[in-house]
Amino acid sequence: MRRFLPFIIVALVGFITVGAGTILYRSKRPTTLRISEEKGAEQEKPGSIHVRGPAQAPVTLEEFGDFQCPPCGKLSGPLLEIEKDYGPKLRMIFRNFPFPNHQHALEAAYTAEAAGLQGRYWEMHDLLYREQSNWSNAPDVKQLFVSYAKILGLEIDRFETDIAGPTVKARVIADQERGKSLGVNATPSIFINNQGVPPNSLNPIALRAAIDEALKEKEKPTS
Amino acid sequence: MSQSKSRAQQSTAIALPRRTIIVYTVVALISLAGLADATYLTVQNLAGETAVCGGSPDCFRVLGSIYSKIAGIPVAAIGTVAYFAVFTFATFAAFGYRRARTFLAVTVLMMFLSTLWFLYVQAFLLHAFCRYCLFSAAITFFLTGLMVATPQRP
Repeated sequence: MRRFLPFIIVALVGFITVGAGTILYRSKRPTTLRISEEKGAEQEKPGSIHVRGPAQAPVTLEEFGDFQCPPCGKLSGPLLEIEKDYGPKLRMIFRNFPFPNHQHALEAAYTAEAAGLQGRYWEMHDLLYREQSNWSNAPDVKQLFVSYAKILGLEIDRFETDIAGPTVKARVIADQERGKSLGVNATPSIFINNQGVPPNSLNPIALRAAIDEALKEKEKPTS
Repeated sequence: MSQSKSRAQQSTAIALPRRTIIVYTVVALISLAGLADATYLTVQNLAGETAVCGGSPDCFRVLGSIYSKIAGIPVAAIGTVAYFAVFTFATFAAFGYRRARTFLAVTVLMMFLSTLWFLYVQAFLLHAFCRYCLFSAAITFFLTGLMVATPQRP
């Protein structure tokens, strides 16, 4: 019996590890989020949200993002390429979902919104993601954001007033509230035609597949 | 027949001093903590949690970085296999299996060297530390210490 004891112990620990891992995986498997019809972006006033792409596009990709979140930054480049490749078939929506544990995320969201008040939201959005590694750990982030505003040709006095004003704060809060009401608790959280994309599909290949699937759904004749 | 069987047993299993058995048992028990930590991180990776932000930003910087995978395999999964190997070898070593002691020493040495590399990556390349990775590093250092202190011959 003693001869077999180490084999029994090792096999037992192996089974327990696999079993515990499986249970943990099942508990962690995210519930697929969904945006109901009444909460869909189509119901919102034009101009109240940040949209890029035609309103009639068959596919809408709605992202909840945090400008300081590394995975969001990593995904921003591939998303731009996806946007370019799908052209008029795709409409992008971006919502602010800054996390409090990201030191400059809220300020970055205000910066993008302040640029938006001068009609340059998406340019600032792309610039903030492109430069994420430069400002994320910068000691004086405000100065850097002002320099970005200068690059984009914004009116600096107005930009500085807007960034501290109630309008940008209200927009960020509205986005966060929407995210929370939909069950968003991580960034990036992406919805394609109101259907949540699971976290392990947040890569260019899986996103393209999900968009193709959504396009196919739209092309299906309605009976 | 029974004579050859007992000879084969003698060549693999040997009687160890009590102190050595205790040390291997402690190594096996400690490796279980590392196994739990690595299994948790592997599951987190498989569930896609390392592809998003939501908890500690430093952890996500480490676990979502390019250094967190080797040839597409999550480092955490490799860690799970390594800790399970340590547990297996330590258990067999405690039961007096001679070869298991050599395998255990080699595995712990490889884990120690990998830990040094990953600490360097966190400190100097990513400038971020993940607490789960630090916990694993502490376990590996402890295991290395125990292996160094264990007499290799009975």
